[in-house]
Amino acid sequence: MTAQRHPMHAHGVGTALETAGAWLLALLWILPLAYAVWAAFHPPEFATRFTPLAPLTLENFRKAWNAAPFARYFVNTVILVTMILAAQLVLCTLAAYAFARYAFFGREVMFMLVLVQLMVMPDVLIVQNYRTMAQLGLIDTIVAIGLPYMASAFGIFLLRQTFKTVPKELDEAARVEGANGLQVLLKVYVPLARPVYIAYALVSISYHWNNFLWPLIVTNTVGSRTLTVGLQVFSSGDQGIDWSIITAATLMTSAPLLLAFLIFQRQFVQSFMRAGIR
Amino acid sequence: MRRFDVQLHGWLLVLPAAVLLAVFTHYPALATLWHSFYSTPRAGRASVWVGLGNYRSMAKDPVFWQVLRNNLWYALGTIPASIGLALLMAVWVNGKLRGRAFLRLAYFTPTVLPMIAVANIWLFFYTPGYGLLEQITVGLLGLPSHNWLGSPDTVLGCLMVVAIWKDAGFFMIFYLAALQSIPPVLAEAAAIEGAGRLYYFRRVVFPLLMPTTLFVLVNAVINSFRLVDHIIVMTKGGPDNASALLLYYIYDVAFKFWDSGYASALTMVLLAILAAAAIMQFAVLEKRTHYQ
Repeated sequence: MTAQRHPMHAHGVGTALETAGAWLLALLWILPLAYAVWAAFHPPEFATRFTPLAPLTLENFRKAWNAAPFARYFVNTVILVTMILAAQLVLCTLAAYAFARYAFFGREVMFMLVLVQLMVMPDVLIVQNYRTMAQLGLIDTIVAIGLPYMASAFGIFLLRQTFKTVPKELDEAARVEGANGLQVLLKVYVPLARPVYIAYALVSISYHWNNFLWPLIVTNTVGSRTLTVGLQVFSSGDQGIDWSIITAATLMTSAPLLLAFLIFQRQFVQSFMRAGIR
Repeated sequence: MRRFDVQLHGWLLVLPAAVLLAVFTHYPALATLWHSFYSTPRAGRASVWVGLGNYRSMAKDPVFWQVLRNNLWYALGTIPASIGLALLMAVWVNGKLRGRAFLRLAYFTPTVLPMIAVANIWLFFYTPGYGLLEQITVGLLGLPSHNWLGSPDTVLGCLMVVAIWKDAGFFMIFYLAALQSIPPVLAEAAAIEGAGRLYYFRRVVFPLLMPTTLFVLVNAVINSFRLVDHIIVMTKGGPDNASALLLYYIYDVAFKFWDSGYASALTMVLLAILAAAAIMQFAVLEKRTHYQ
């Protein structure tokens, strides 16, 4: 390696200035979360008084937990996210396999029709999809929240790209040994695409854990509400403005994702990268 | 494999996904168009063909024009800022600064949090009197008190800040991936030639990032028309529709006033905007394939 300086890296005074700038921005970026953590873990009278020795408490979390059926919301959300992901993995794998390796009639047109969903997402088709759910008698069910998202153009696109990079020789070798199409898919393609599956799963889970507008529209009782909808009902309800309890509830609903993110930080960032580049 | 098998298996594999896509993407898009030509069924009055009636009311609806204007300002305000910050963040995280791991964590964290949850935190932040913002502007700087979300002049700006804060770290990831895929040889060559940092960035890095910038741009455009969660939590479009965006207005019309005919016509406008973004995306995808 030469002693030359990398032209993209700052040096000398520049480094110090830029480090300061980068840190300032990072602190600004983390500030809202830090603020929420402060308010949630201190008694309400300290919510906006930042004295270093303020007593710590879990009382806000206890109150929030007891004030609304958060346990139920958690269960609903986990069911929803699991259901969507399972369906997406199966449906997208099958479709992507066909698009990558089967030269069936009308393949290009079908693929174009799939890509339409990248722009016209279920998020904006709320009026008609609500009508459809009403006709199917599915209003206020967890299935109704998940159905529009189960066939994911993004997933099909991502997996198709991946499957296309699998050497044809591997595919043919497996077929020579007598494996049928589905066996080849499961034995050759799926194992090779593992990192892409992980990437897709992380993106899907965080998207649907956080999704709000459609679940808000299509649910109206505790039995089917997700955490995001539950949180909104809770914080816009008769809580008045007890910010300590609201921030506690807010942190509670984000906690699983946030913890998962902190633990699997590298995978998260790499997954989002991988999902984005293709 | 026999030819017939290829046809049959290919279709069977695609079929489950295709059916769901047809029912929840293609059919609703077409049905929305169809319903936009009909009046909304009311008690005792069935839905009737009104032709362009809904669109004519739209043209005369000042709220529609206001939300469209709001949405354009919102897009103009959030897109360049979040893309610029994303690029800056990516360069910093990719560089040799101290504490890179923390920087990356801080920048990316807003992306994994639910918008609805962080909107609550921001609501608290903007609260007049004792919110953190007022504590700084009034308490520390001695400026007059201002109701940031309650005033039509500042409310949209406040929401833009939230959107930029939420999106920049997300877009950073794409730039980071692109930066890491730039061959190190280029940097070495530039160093040997004695190219300055800005020069290297402007002439080498930035052009190489162009496909990423276009990709991020399209996503940013879509996001600015797709995500209204924070509006529902923080302002409900108020005061006086000053912070209502197009999708929020559609939600309001469809699920508060239950005017599904008019909501369908509004949705068509949103779909037209997204279609424009789609055409842009296609151009981008075409370009991207040349790099593979």
